[in-house]
Amino acid sequence: MIKVILICSLFFLTFSILATIYRLVKGPSAPDRVQALDALGINIISGVAIFSVLLRSIGFFEVILLIGILSFIGTIAFARFIERGVVIERKHSE
Amino acid sequence: MNKKNIKVNDLIFQTVTKIVVFIIILYSLHLFFSGHYTPGGGFVGGLMTSSALVLLLLAYDVKTVKNILPFNYINIAASGLLIAVLTGLGSLFFKVPFLTHSFKYVDLPLLGETSLATAVLFDLAVYLVVIGVTMTIIQTIGETE
Repeated sequence: MIKVILICSLFFLTFSILATIYRLVKGPSAPDRVQALDALGINIISGVAIFSVLLRSIGFFEVILLIGILSFIGTIAFARFIERGVVIERKHSE
Repeated sequence: MNKKNIKVNDLIFQTVTKIVVFIIILYSLHLFFSGHYTPGGGFVGGLMTSSALVLLLLAYDVKTVKNILPFNYINIAASGLLIAVLTGLGSLFFKVPFLTHSFKYVDLPLLGETSLATAVLFDLAVYLVVIGVTMTIIQTIGETE
């Protein structure tokens, strides 16, 4: 029973990943694409969590935190590039 | 860029960074020390530590981070390589082949019975080399105009 529920939720997660990929490809502006990438990372985190429950393994729990941190840093870097034009500043302007 | 003269304020991002950097560094140390029995190890631990430093570089600028952490990352990579060679050479003193590792159960005062392996020293070398190389690449790219 729980296996059916988990596979169903993986199925719906695939739908939501496809929707974010649609926004990633079609998105008219760069912030749309960055937000789609961020949402994609969160969907992948939940996919990994459900998959590790399905496999009855705790070996993937590190991956969950890892994807969270990397997705955060990547989104921040993209946001700074869109806002300022540089990712890492040499020194503050003021 | 035409937005250059707008005054920018990163208050929320810098406050979040001050907390999150410590969490990421703790997580990287956990990954580093748990590499013997569970997923993790020197490589991914070093990458996580350097990603914490990258987060600091994003929140502040290159100059401030150099003031906070006055390390020469090339020296860190070099000392990592030195430790790796020394752990290999250390096995020659015990009349065993190069890079032979061993472990021993030791009663530590707070942790109880712990197995101390010499492979951790080699992992430390990998950790230092990964941090040094990654941060050298990122700082060199960030400093060029």
